[in-house]
Amino acid sequence: MNDRLRRLWGMIRKESLQILRDPSSISIAFVMPVVLLLLFGYGVSLDAKHIPLGIVIEQPDTASQSLAGAFDRSEFFRPQRFGAIQEAQQALAERRIDGILWLRNDFSSRLLSGNEAPIGVFVNGVDSNQANITKGYIQGTWLAWLQHFAAAQGRDLDLPVAMEQRVWFNPALNSRLFLVPGLIAIIMTMIGSLLTAMVVAREWERGTMEALMVTPLHMGEMLAGKLIPYFALGMGGMLLSVAMALVLFGVPLLSPFWLLMLCSALFMLVSLAIGLLISIVTRNQFLAGQVALVVSFLPSFLLSGFLFDIHSMPEWVQTITYLVPARYFVAILQTLFLAGPVWPVVLANAGAMLLMLVILTALVVKKSYKRLD
Amino acid sequence: MNFFHILSLARKEFLALMRDKRSRIIIIVPPIIQLFIFGFAATYDLNDVPVAVYNEDSGGASRELLARIEGSPHFSILHQLSSDAEIAPLIDNRKVLLVIRLGPRFSADLQRGDPAPLQLVIDGRNSNTAMTALNYLRGVVLDFNREWQREHGLTGPPVKLEMRAWYNENLQSRWFIVPGIIGSLILVVTLLVTALSVAREREQGTFDQLLVTPLRPVEILIGKAIPGIVIGLLEATLIIVLMVWFFEVPLRGSIPALYVGILLFLVSTVGVGLMISSIAVTQQQAILGAFLFIVPAVILSGFTTPIANMPEVVQWLTYLDPLRYFLVIVRGVTLEGDGFALLFHQFWPMAIIGAVTLAMAGWLFRHRMY
Repeated sequence: MNDRLRRLWGMIRKESLQILRDPSSISIAFVMPVVLLLLFGYGVSLDAKHIPLGIVIEQPDTASQSLAGAFDRSEFFRPQRFGAIQEAQQALAERRIDGILWLRNDFSSRLLSGNEAPIGVFVNGVDSNQANITKGYIQGTWLAWLQHFAAAQGRDLDLPVAMEQRVWFNPALNSRLFLVPGLIAIIMTMIGSLLTAMVVAREWERGTMEALMVTPLHMGEMLAGKLIPYFALGMGGMLLSVAMALVLFGVPLLSPFWLLMLCSALFMLVSLAIGLLISIVTRNQFLAGQVALVVSFLPSFLLSGFLFDIHSMPEWVQTITYLVPARYFVAILQTLFLAGPVWPVVLANAGAMLLMLVILTALVVKKSYKRLD
Repeated sequence: MNFFHILSLARKEFLALMRDKRSRIIIIVPPIIQLFIFGFAATYDLNDVPVAVYNEDSGGASRELLARIEGSPHFSILHQLSSDAEIAPLIDNRKVLLVIRLGPRFSADLQRGDPAPLQLVIDGRNSNTAMTALNYLRGVVLDFNREWQREHGLTGPPVKLEMRAWYNENLQSRWFIVPGIIGSLILVVTLLVTALSVAREREQGTFDQLLVTPLRPVEILIGKAIPGIVIGLLEATLIIVLMVWFFEVPLRGSIPALYVGILLFLVSTVGVGLMISSIAVTQQQAILGAFLFIVPAVILSGFTTPIANMPEVVQWLTYLDPLRYFLVIVRGVTLEGDGFALLFHQFWPMAIIGAVTLAMAGWLFRHRMY
């Protein structure tokens, strides 16, 4: 037993020295989380503000000016006036503005005579999500103005059904609050799978695996010795990310910290097992890097529910997402941070990760043996 | 410059890359699989949002409104509740995204002409999903109001919005995301191919041998750049064909302009790849270096989230990102029907990025020795 510990310790020491001496591993574990969190926290946002909007008023008068004024005052828009609709459409085609509000010259006369006065709205639909949000803001500003306008004329604006909405967990609908916790899953995937995939592949490629084989190390000790330093590295990256999420971005953590650590450790083990499996199968750094990218990084970005809603994907893609460990971890993270320890969600997702861990470990054990080809 | 030199080096690079069956597969198969999975997965559109309804009203108006919500492809009503206490567990456990509550006097209020409130509780954990679902619901409610007012001889709001979307008329996110996937896939493949090309030789010690051959650094640079560009061009063509043929994304603009854009984008990414490769000492460093470039490049490009929403300082950073320009070109040519004139300002920054990075890579070939 003592021998075994000594051998394990020697292996851990060798791997740790290798990590410490190679600036690129340290930078993936500590520089990358900082860069990513800063980019996502400050840079990436789905909340549109100051949308450049062209306003065309063909016949300026009180009514049309007051409507345009409502858009001027809104923080969601940065309106620009155009003299004619053709100029505004040209600007829309050149991407200088994202939308047009067009009040034709009979706008006020129709409005005051009690006819329905139409407003033409054009939005650039290329970015459909942004276009939907823009349409929503335009509708909101329009409704608020209508109410104001009706009140000024001394009558109520009668809307038969009015929506009264309450948003739970993220009342301000701030996209940062859900992007930042999800990002922790991506950072840990990167450390766990990509970095680890390359480590064992490197030993094969350089022929040092053969050198390791003639040592008394058992396969299990060798794998454990390789994984423990990377586990520590990954958890370090995770702690750094959580600290930044809480301190810098003000994301609330509504659950006990130990639960977050426990779930993260579980996810880290799954990522490490995937990385290890990739490197054992490919035995080549180029392939290991490519495969890790394709099977772990990109799916954790696009198929985990981190950015895109899983429920809206076609059935067969939803089936594939069950194979992506980040799917379970992102669900846990968003719930633990924003909603609190909702046990059914936590247990179901942690159980799925545990099952994946068992299967992956079995595969790793099956595929790794001390043998030369 | 000796073209025979360049050609033989390029040929050797191709052989090194294509000799191994697994590398051949890895260059071609994963991008296609990704295009299909991500082309279907990456959507901001919501279908069948799970909804629970707590209807205390027994009138016909509430039934009609709920039928309209159920009839929309965006919502599916999964649960009928009978008490307030059932709301929280459904939302907490993510069984439903949205709970709609209609009070006991809903239909009566509506008949009398008083405002009838439609109370909503929505899970905001994913704020974008929540906002999109609310927007869809607002559309349904506005339609219902309009119809109700017409049927009951009431005057509607005095002003009506006539909304129209340009270029992507039905606002499908697939039309926005799939052209973006071309850019990010080409970026990943060419960057990895070129980032490893010099680093592999450095690690194996053959780069020194290459330096003592009669090849000049410029020739090494071009010879190493050619495989990345050729592979990128072929892959781009394949993905574009699939995009038009399978995903039915329109190709409305000038195809020559698109190819000029692809070529310039490839030159700039190959430049970045070779620069990373000549800084790196080992393949691992090269791959991690490529990664340190790819991830911010994709995030800052406007692929999934708009550049306009970023703070000013971050927006300046995006000008260094070749993918930023390329995405404008692909989306411009596919959806907006742009030609050379509207895209000129996207072409030259990529040319500058390519020239600077290639020059640095060539200089580093000679000046970074281990």
